[in-house]
Order: sequence, then C-alpha cells, then structure tokens
Amino acid sequence: MILFDQVSKRYQGGNEALSNVNFHLHPGEMAFLTGHSGAGKSTLLKLIALIERSSTGNVIIGGKNLNKVGRHTLPYLRRNMGIIFQDYQLLNDRTVFDNVALPLIISGFSSREVNKRVHAALDKVGLLRFEKKYPITLSGGEQQRVSIARAVVNKPALLLADEPTGNLDPDLSREIMDLFMAFNQVGVTVLIATHDIPLITQLNKPILQLSHGQLEYKNTGHTEQTPAGIQHG
Amino acid sequence: MVSNNSSDTTGSSVQLRQLKPSFSSRIKEFFVRHLQVFFYSLGLLSRSPFATLMTASALGIALALPTGLYVILDHARQLSGDMNSINQISLFMKKETSSQSIKNIQKKLNAYPEIAQVKHINRAAALQEFQENSGFGDALKALKNNPLPDLLVVHPSLTHSDPQQINTLLLKLKKIKQVDLVQLDIQWLQRLYAIINIAQRGVLIIGSLLALAVLLIVGNTIRLDIENRRSQIVVMKLIGGTDSFIRRPFLYTGFWYGLLGSLIAILLVNISLIIINDPLTRLSSLYDNNLFSLGLMGINISGTLLFSGCLLGLFGARIAVGKHLKDIEPK
Repeated sequence: MILFDQVSKRYQGGNEALSNVNFHLHPGEMAFLTGHSGAGKSTLLKLIALIERSSTGNVIIGGKNLNKVGRHTLPYLRRNMGIIFQDYQLLNDRTVFDNVALPLIISGFSSREVNKRVHAALDKVGLLRFEKKYPITLSGGEQQRVSIARAVVNKPALLLADEPTGNLDPDLSREIMDLFMAFNQVGVTVLIATHDIPLITQLNKPILQLSHGQLEYKNTGHTEQTPAGIQHG
Repeated sequence: MVSNNSSDTTGSSVQLRQLKPSFSSRIKEFFVRHLQVFFYSLGLLSRSPFATLMTASALGIALALPTGLYVILDHARQLSGDMNSINQISLFMKKETSSQSIKNIQKKLNAYPEIAQVKHINRAAALQEFQENSGFGDALKALKNNPLPDLLVVHPSLTHSDPQQINTLLLKLKKIKQVDLVQLDIQWLQRLYAIINIAQRGVLIIGSLLALAVLLIVGNTIRLDIENRRSQIVVMKLIGGTDSFIRRPFLYTGFWYGLLGSLIAILLVNISLIIINDPLTRLSSLYDNNLFSLGLMGINISGTLLFSGCLLGLFGARIAVGKHLKDIEPK
C-alpha cells in the first residue's frame, strides 16, 4: 500500500528532512510513526499525501508511483486517502454534516448516497446527534472525530493521521486511537504520526521511528512475531 | 531490504478504486451541483449585502457610462437620419423664366425617381410672405420691382438621401438652363456625420477602457475573496477537490457581480434618460412641432448590456482564479 524506495527529501537551503528512507506497509496494516520534533514525521506524511514531492527515490502508493502523478491527476489520488490533522482542518462556516459530506460531493455522489454515507460515518464516530451543529461549537475531541468521519466517509483504502491526538487529553486520545484500530480491523491501512509513546506502546502495533531523517524500525516488544509487512532496509 | 511484491501492489490498486459513483450518477450530479453552486454563490453574496452592493455599483457605473453615451449617440444618428429626409434643395429660377416653363420644369422634376416632391413658390407670394415676416415690410413696399425670383423647392426621396446621391442630384439640377442658382447647405450635414463618427470612436474607446475596468474590479474582488477563503481552499485541495471544483463558486460569484452590475447600469442609464428627456422635449418644441425625445433604453441594448456584463464578470473571475488558485497549496 505504501512503499518508500530510497526516498530523500531536501528542502531549499540544503536542510535534509528525510535521507534514504525505505519501508513497505502492506494493505490492511497499521503502523505508528514516531520521532522527536523535526525528525521528519510530517515530511514523510506529506510525501504520501503529495503535499510535498521527494527529492530522490520513489514513493509508491497503491501501485502508483507518485513521481509520475501530475497536477491534474493528484486530486483523484487524494480522494483515495483519508487525511487527519492535528488542527482538524474543518470548515467553520459549514455544519458538521456538510463538512463530512464534502469528499462525497467532490466525487459526485447523489444526494441520497451522500445522506446515507454521511450518517453512517457520523454514526461510526458517535456524533450523529451533532450533524446540524457548527464545528466551532464542539469540543476538540468531537472536532477531531468529525474530521475522522470526513476522512473515512468515502471509504478510502488508506488513512493518514498527523498528530491526531496532539491537542487532546489522554482519555480522548485513547478513544481516537480506538477508532483508528476499529477502521484497521475492517481492512483499512493506517499510518499515524504521533509522539504519544505511552499511548502507542499499549496498542501492540509496529512503530517506525524517525531520527534526524533516518528511519529505524522498532518493535513494541509486546508481540512475539515481527509484523510481516514492515520491512526496512 | 525493501520487499517489492508486484501481485501485492496491483491488489492494493484495485482496492484504491473501491468507491466511485457510477458514470450516469456523476453526469447527473454534475448539473445538480452546478445549480447548487450557482445559488450557493448568490447566497454568499447576499450574506454581505453592503459589500456586494458597493462592488456591483462600481461595476454599474463603469458599465452605465459607455452605455449611456451609446444610447445618446444612437439617437443623434437617428435624428440626423430624420433631418436627411427633410433636406430640401432650393432652385432659384432666372427672372425672365415664364411661369409656363417653370411649370414644365416642375413636371419634369417630379418624374425623377430621386425626387419625392417639387414645390413652386411664386415670386409674388414669396414677396408677400417676406413682407409679413421679416419686419422690413415698409422698406420693401418702396421697391418698384419684386427683387425675388421664382423658387422651386425640391425634396429628395428617402431612398436617395445620403450626401453622395444628393451631390449627384445637385449637379443634374445645375444643368437646367432656366436655373439661376442651386442651394443646399449640405456641409453641415457632412460635418454632423463626421462628428458622429468621431463620437462613435470615442464611445468605443471609453467602452473598451471601462470594460477593462470591470474586469479589474471583478478580478480584484475575487482575488480578495480567494484570499479570505484560503484555508477553505486548502481543505478542499486536501480532500481531493479538483481545480474546476474549487474554481466553480468563484466563477459564479463573478457572474453574479456582472449581472448585478449590468442591472444597476440599466437602472442608472434609464434614470438619466428620464432626467434628460423633459428639458430635451421642451427644447425641441422650441424649434418645431416635431417633438424629439430619447425615450428609455431599448430591449436590444439592455440585452446586450446584460449579456456582456455577465460575460465580463465571468471572465474577470476566471483571470483572478487562474492566477491565484495555483498559489494556494497545502503546506
């Protein structure tokens, strides 16, 4: 699902955010991406979401080499991934329903389909009763769940999250992580960047650790078998 | 090392395409969404009525100026056309011409296709009229002989009334040997035509400049709009909105501005015409009984104005969107 092949990213001014990163996350797997601030976590996610492009090497998502994705096909690629941000990125002048409906409207679903799917997604994150509210009136944890509903509403094969629990207290963080685990259980590939180490060590999932732009694979120690999918070079 | 399992990657690409609406649904939704965005963008404008009205009024004034000038010029051209038809050529006959031969000439001229009517003004009748109207009555009575010649007034027919044709007719009339003098003040007509031609160019130039102003006003308004909705645009791009999807509400906003602007322009021009009409009618009544009035804007001009207003709005928005949307990318 996600394949990094000798990927480096250098920003203007020579600052190398990622150097020679290799890993492979198979379909249906879930992994965490950790590392100190500035280690390159966000850069790595941005390369997957095509917000940035790699300087060298290949990023292959779902069989597509992102180096060959042009400006006009890029939106269609992004529709196949759900992206979740630390600051939620919701539209505050639209209701919860309209926020969640946006990816479906962009793809051209009929109003009936949109209704059905938005309700299903809101139900899944437990916010069905808030559909007519505006995001700004909700708590941080609720807003993050709205953004998760928006990310999963068109059933993407891949979920990316950048510090999804960064602004939340431990209990809420755990709830959010449980949601991601639930999506992973129905076959969605999930990659989450976080530095909430205490939380993710409980979850028994593989951890990719970035340090100064270099990737180290780290087992959580809770599981005996090495996750087959994650391999690193 | 990196595992590179081809069956695995193709499998996942199948997975990536799992949820897509059907083709027919997408076509239908395309129109439904267009209609929604069409009214959504109107809704956005109505949320800030004062700002919208200010922009639309600026557009209205910019559109009203060339339109108003055009309407006035159009009427001036029609008016000069009317004057053309009341052109008359005066044939002053030689004094020794007998009234019988004048009648013959009158009959002959009446048969010309380029002449509509020939009127004979008898020299005696002319003298009497002159005495009554000029105020020189007593002085004229002192004259022994009537100094006035017989006069034939020739009205060219409507189909032969442009300056070129009248010139040809004049030459023809001069060749009649009983004619002493042929008089037509055609120069003022030619000058009027020339002035109208210059004025038309002027309106064209002013119109082009103000059309450019409309483009710039709409473009700048849309640019600010894009700036204000920067974060929204970023979110749209992040969840896979195509350029055309993101562009759409801005284009419709431009369209609405153009429409509102031209409606305001129509209002302004008509109000101005009403204000001018009254004194104009009074002025024309001072000249003759033929009352002249500008009336209101015709349907053709109004329609053209609406159409070009909307087009300019759309076009201005398209320029701004094309220039500024590209700069906004998720960071």
